[in-house]
Amino acid sequence: MQQIINFVIRNKIFLLFLMLFGVSLALTIQSNSYQKSKFINSANFFTGGIYKQANGIGQYFDLKQENDILLQENNRLKSLLYNHTSDLKITTIQDSILNHGNYNLTPAKVYKNSYSLPKNYITINKGSNDSIFEDYGVITSKGIVGIIDNTSGNYASILSILNTKSRINAQLKKSNHIGSLVWNAESSELAQLIDVSKFAPIAIGDTIITGGQSTIFPKGVPIGTIHTFNVDNNGDTYTIDVKLFNDMANIGHVYIIKNKDAKEIKKLQNAVDE
Amino acid sequence: MNNSVATKTAQFIALVLIQVLLLNHINFLGYVNPYLYIIFIFLFPIRSNRALIIILSFLLGLTIDVFSDSGGIHAAACVTIAYVRPFILKFSFGMLYEHQSIKFSQTELSNRLLYFSLLALIHNFVLSSLEIFNISKIILILQKTLFSSIFTILLCFLISILFSKKRR
Repeated sequence: MQQIINFVIRNKIFLLFLMLFGVSLALTIQSNSYQKSKFINSANFFTGGIYKQANGIGQYFDLKQENDILLQENNRLKSLLYNHTSDLKITTIQDSILNHGNYNLTPAKVYKNSYSLPKNYITINKGSNDSIFEDYGVITSKGIVGIIDNTSGNYASILSILNTKSRINAQLKKSNHIGSLVWNAESSELAQLIDVSKFAPIAIGDTIITGGQSTIFPKGVPIGTIHTFNVDNNGDTYTIDVKLFNDMANIGHVYIIKNKDAKEIKKLQNAVDE
Repeated sequence: MNNSVATKTAQFIALVLIQVLLLNHINFLGYVNPYLYIIFIFLFPIRSNRALIIILSFLLGLTIDVFSDSGGIHAAACVTIAYVRPFILKFSFGMLYEHQSIKFSQTELSNRLLYFSLLALIHNFVLSSLEIFNISKIILILQKTLFSSIFTILLCFLISILFSKKRR
């Protein structure tokens, strides 16, 4: 016993180092796993408050750009509204939201955005006090951004589509072939659509939209266009590089989508599984 | 004593804010960021308690991690360099360190550059390997380590020269 105590006292610095290194390693591994409920995240009172202050100064620098984006969006929505009665063929995302009434949208402001790391998160200024919770989808007027990962009272962090952990159900616009949207951490402009059947009719320039299979996004939210594609090693599936509509490096305002039916659908799916 | 504690606290807060609000958004060539905050560990007084340095480094790294949603990678890298610091000090300053009589503002520039470079390289290597977390991308890890280290070393060296002039 004496010897053990002596050993601990002699090596206390090394043991302290090992302990703290172990803690950080555990936190790293936890952030790499697919489970939720990380406790080290930027959606908390402290970091959210600081980012809020910084954003209060920083937002003036790109007011012009933000105005342009809003004008464009207004323009598109107005043209949809006026053409709606005469042209029934328009079936875009704004349409489905207006008609079905299953989805609630909440606008939010981006406080922190990163796009150069392998695991990118975005912090926004809405949280559980605004009834925003985990697994809600996040979009901009141009396309998808990510999924809510963690929330605190007034802030939330978004798992960006530019995150190697992200995996989103997507499909081709012109046919119903589905795949998963992932990211290989190489370029902030390109995401990868994997596991697309080789029978799918694809061509460079085709549009990719979200599929209706998840309860997170409504069907038809634009994602991007096909940049390049190649057949996988096994020869059965395509891997497609998708050029994103969103400039992920420059996101100011986002919309959070809440699917009112999500609970009911999940309950039904769980019942089927059992 | 109280004075130095206050200075170190102010330094800690200032470095964290500069890092998360400014330097994390540089993204030179798409992914290269300087990590100026480790200058806190570089310039920590040499004669202080080793356990204190390790604990403070852990807290510093963890604060950066909380801000950048990166799990525990900065904490791990900081703890590592805080632990190996005495060996690197001995290696770069030699006899001066043995006699416990060095002050960073009075050391030779070349020695200081060597000391900064070694610690920055170790820090960036641990950081990149934990960040990418994939052995098959070892080339990317080394590339990132190299570029970020050069950027970090340059910035830390300039800052340390700039702020040590007064004391001479």
